[in-house]
Amino acid sequence: MSLDKATVRKIATLARIDVPETDLESTVQQLSGILKWIEQLAEVNTDGVAPMSGGTDLKLPWRPDAVTDGGKVDAVLANAPDAQDGFFGVPKVVE
Amino acid sequence: MSYVIKGETGQWEVVIGLEVHAQVISKSKLFSGAPTEFGAGPNTQVSFIDAGMPGMLPVINAHAVEQAVRTGLGLKAKINQRSVFARKNYFYADLPQGYQISQYDMPIVGEGTLILDMPDGTTRAIGIERLHLEQDAGKSVHDMHPSKTFIDLNRAGVPLMEIVSKPDLRSPEEAGLYLKKLRSILRYLGTCDGNMEEGSMRCDANVSVRPVGSTELRTRCEIKNVNSVRFVMQAIEHEAMRHVDVYESGGSINQETRLYDSNKGETRPMRSKEFAHDYRYFPDPDLQPLEFDDAFVAAIKSKLPELPDDKQARFIKDYGLSAYDAGVLVAEQENALYFEEVAKGRDAKLANNWVSSNLFGVLNARGVAIGDSPVSAKNLGRLLDLIADNTLSSRMAKEVFEIMAETGNAPDAIVEERGMKQITDTGAIDAAIDQIIAQNADKVEQYRSGKEQLMGWFVGQVMKATQGKANPGVCGELLRKKLKS
Amino acid sequence: MPDFTDLTAMTIAAARARLAKKDFTALELTDAHLAAMDKARDLNAFIVTTPDVARERAKAADVRIQSGKAGALEGIPLGIKDLFCTEGVQTTAASHILEGFKPQYESTVSQKLRDAGSVMLGKLNLDEFAMGSSNMTSYFGPVKSPWKAKGRADDLVPGGSSGGSATAVSACLAMGATGTDTGGSIRQPASFCGIVGVKPTYGRCSRWGIVAFASSLDQAGPMTRTVRDAAIMLKVMCGHDPKDSTSAPLAVPDFEAALSKGVKGLRIGIPNEYRPDGLNAEVAALWDKGIQWLKDAGATTVEISLPHTKSALPTYYIVAPAEASSNLARYDGVRFGQRVEGKTLDEMYAKTRAAGFGTEVKRRILIGTYVLSAGYYDAYYLKAQKVRALIARDFTEAFEKCDAILTPTAPSAAFGLHDKQDDPVAMYLNDVFTVPASLAGIPGASVPADLNSEGLPLGLQVLTKRWDEETMFSVCQVLEDAAKFPFLKGAP
Repeated sequence: MSLDKATVRKIATLARIDVPETDLESTVQQLSGILKWIEQLAEVNTDGVAPMSGGTDLKLPWRPDAVTDGGKVDAVLANAPDAQDGFFGVPKVVE
Repeated sequence: MSYVIKGETGQWEVVIGLEVHAQVISKSKLFSGAPTEFGAGPNTQVSFIDAGMPGMLPVINAHAVEQAVRTGLGLKAKINQRSVFARKNYFYADLPQGYQISQYDMPIVGEGTLILDMPDGTTRAIGIERLHLEQDAGKSVHDMHPSKTFIDLNRAGVPLMEIVSKPDLRSPEEAGLYLKKLRSILRYLGTCDGNMEEGSMRCDANVSVRPVGSTELRTRCEIKNVNSVRFVMQAIEHEAMRHVDVYESGGSINQETRLYDSNKGETRPMRSKEFAHDYRYFPDPDLQPLEFDDAFVAAIKSKLPELPDDKQARFIKDYGLSAYDAGVLVAEQENALYFEEVAKGRDAKLANNWVSSNLFGVLNARGVAIGDSPVSAKNLGRLLDLIADNTLSSRMAKEVFEIMAETGNAPDAIVEERGMKQITDTGAIDAAIDQIIAQNADKVEQYRSGKEQLMGWFVGQVMKATQGKANPGVCGELLRKKLKS
Repeated sequence: MPDFTDLTAMTIAAARARLAKKDFTALELTDAHLAAMDKARDLNAFIVTTPDVARERAKAADVRIQSGKAGALEGIPLGIKDLFCTEGVQTTAASHILEGFKPQYESTVSQKLRDAGSVMLGKLNLDEFAMGSSNMTSYFGPVKSPWKAKGRADDLVPGGSSGGSATAVSACLAMGATGTDTGGSIRQPASFCGIVGVKPTYGRCSRWGIVAFASSLDQAGPMTRTVRDAAIMLKVMCGHDPKDSTSAPLAVPDFEAALSKGVKGLRIGIPNEYRPDGLNAEVAALWDKGIQWLKDAGATTVEISLPHTKSALPTYYIVAPAEASSNLARYDGVRFGQRVEGKTLDEMYAKTRAAGFGTEVKRRILIGTYVLSAGYYDAYYLKAQKVRALIARDFTEAFEKCDAILTPTAPSAAFGLHDKQDDPVAMYLNDVFTVPASLAGIPGASVPADLNSEGLPLGLQVLTKRWDEETMFSVCQVLEDAAKFPFLKGAP
């Protein structure tokens, strides 16, 4: 399936990646090319096949409910581009 | 059909479904070992996992799984022995990973039921659609800086149960009853403290309206994060009215997320949610499916407490209480326990009166929980004993109860100390009656000539003369005898 | 004064023995490597070198060697792919968006290597977020292979994504390096650079602290100059980690012991589907040579079929971008990494991510976002998961007939650094032989087998069933012994 500019604009917004109008057409072309190639999968018969969603068939391990972490606000904030009074700062959000 | 909105064009009914986010009672987070306590300094209860640092991975908290199963059993719901954690992808400043680990098409708990006790004594069964486990987001603080929002991730990763009802609720009142009942069940189970003020229980309401008699489901709006039962009820009412107004003026409702402003009494669209979402759910590749066996479920089931519905049924059967009275007592487990301690081996209806009116009256007036009641169940029971053996008249008992509520002392000690014993000794009462008859010849004459309602006046006089300690029963009997002769 | 050239050209096994005999010190060994790194800056193998950390750890290693408390890799200088978070040392995933990021934690694998006494020389270059097969997508510039085609001066790619690791090991800048493999990122560069690369079973090495690309595929592994070195290094790197839910709670086998087992009686599967029309003749010839080596050593060969091989690449290019689009959502300029300010939160996100990610990463995020989006999930993502199940089943059925599978590692030798690369799909085809095993989660290794007519290395790939790295090592050792590959290429 070929993508159009509107679709690429939409997925770029969903992915929060600014794609300038000037790059839109080439992005459309490249993504369409990849998708076209990917679509050969449609030919594979997968009737009745259970999807494989992870890399392992090991059982999910559970951990006991114990406090073993936290209490390291400095380390948590150490790499923050904007940290103030123990908080992360971002541009004001209006709800 | 009790609740209808009378519009210009006809009558409308409201269709409500509730999504409750209940914080699981646990020490640590759903996927990290950071603590879950409320009210700590910003970002002090955050692990690198909660902060969505590169390379960090989730590991499930076993207790949260148990709690979800326990809650599912409490809601008489289907327990899914295989469920799947999925990522719900969206960007928000307080969502550190850029996705929320939740459950999507395979939740841990499926369909169940919750019974509402309606004020008219009937019941309504409300369907539970599902319950799933998910992590909470952090908190955005908007009012600390003129141009910035501050992010505290303490809550990020706290385990939540999202409990979704079917759209079975038909009035704000039913929505309120549903929330109270759900809270009661969660508290009985010990899976959520139900504290809406602290946000450990939050409610989103899906509201739509339709003409009475119609079975269509019209476009719904979701009112987000309302933080008290009263506000949920108000928000639903306002939102339903808004829908009716829009339809009747020829408009249409857009499916959207709205916020309730309790000051203005209106809902408004949430600006941050304006953007159409596409959450791109997919199974979390960091977590295999969550699986457990029958034995795991059976072990939890075997330790379930008696739940409000069962307890209510037992109170009706064993104590002869009305459904309403039993319902009031069982809403909080501690109240029910208190009642049973008082009622044990005593007159249950009398015990209910004392607990539900006298004791709850005092507790409500003081804003005190039953755990902190100044009157212990043991002492209240003893007070009932003193009434039963005629030591105290009911009027005196109320007086003693007031003192108990003030001092926390035992009733026997109060009676002893203040000499409040009821007089049943006929000799002392005889003397008082004789004196009153002697002093009130005119009243005696009137009584004897047929004015029997004066009996009350005579009893009052005797009580006055004995400082209220005369047993009213004994007193009446003696008076009748003496006045007749 | 020891001969530094000699020191850097040694194997880990040899260095381990000679350190124990105190022929030289760990510090001397480290200094020799630091000097070699300095001379080879032009290869751009390292994003960051950590000479101070290295010398400090080397000194500590010497103390432990002196006191007889040497660990399994005591004093061995290693490079760490810059996808592994290293405490206090910049970790970038070769992306601008993480430039300056200093993790406050150490990945499980690099911690284990550290605990075993090894010395970290620096952080190795890679394709941005491990997305690539040439190392050309790194924000910090491409890595050059130390290899050149006969009689030509053109620079070649080392392969990718673990291209810095492959170059460093091949050029004797490090005795070994960590790599990560999502669709071939250890095996393909190992093949291009003439070294050994091992991707263990998914779940063998903890993923905790490794910057995630595609969580259901990512797996760490060693890159070394010999099979034995890989066995030594892998033993240290793997083991159960309760911090990673997908980490296997299994005992770590003695991989080194498996090296001497030989292949006598083993059934080696040869998949038809790996010999498509137009397969490079030299690659095909080398494969045949490998088959003969194993037969000569007592193995039998059996034709097997992996019918869904053709579907593996498109499946991979749905699954991996889908997971990546979600895994990379956390790079939003809020808690770490680069930020480009914006008037609103969404504007900040979109600008930060547009400036922070390179072209290939953005392309994959967009593809991944698309295949998960409403209306397309079933046709793309769900379909890919089902085909993935079929690919895994192919291997399960094949391993009923054979004990190991032998294939070429890559469809060609290394290509030129400046060859035109504007068709992403053509680039993706580099992983055609490595991706199926990644999807199935089985272990795979590339062993350098020969040079092609241009004098460039070609590798052979050995695959076994899950958790059977021991058989894989047995086969690899036989191939290495037969190939007598000139691994000292990097030594001057």
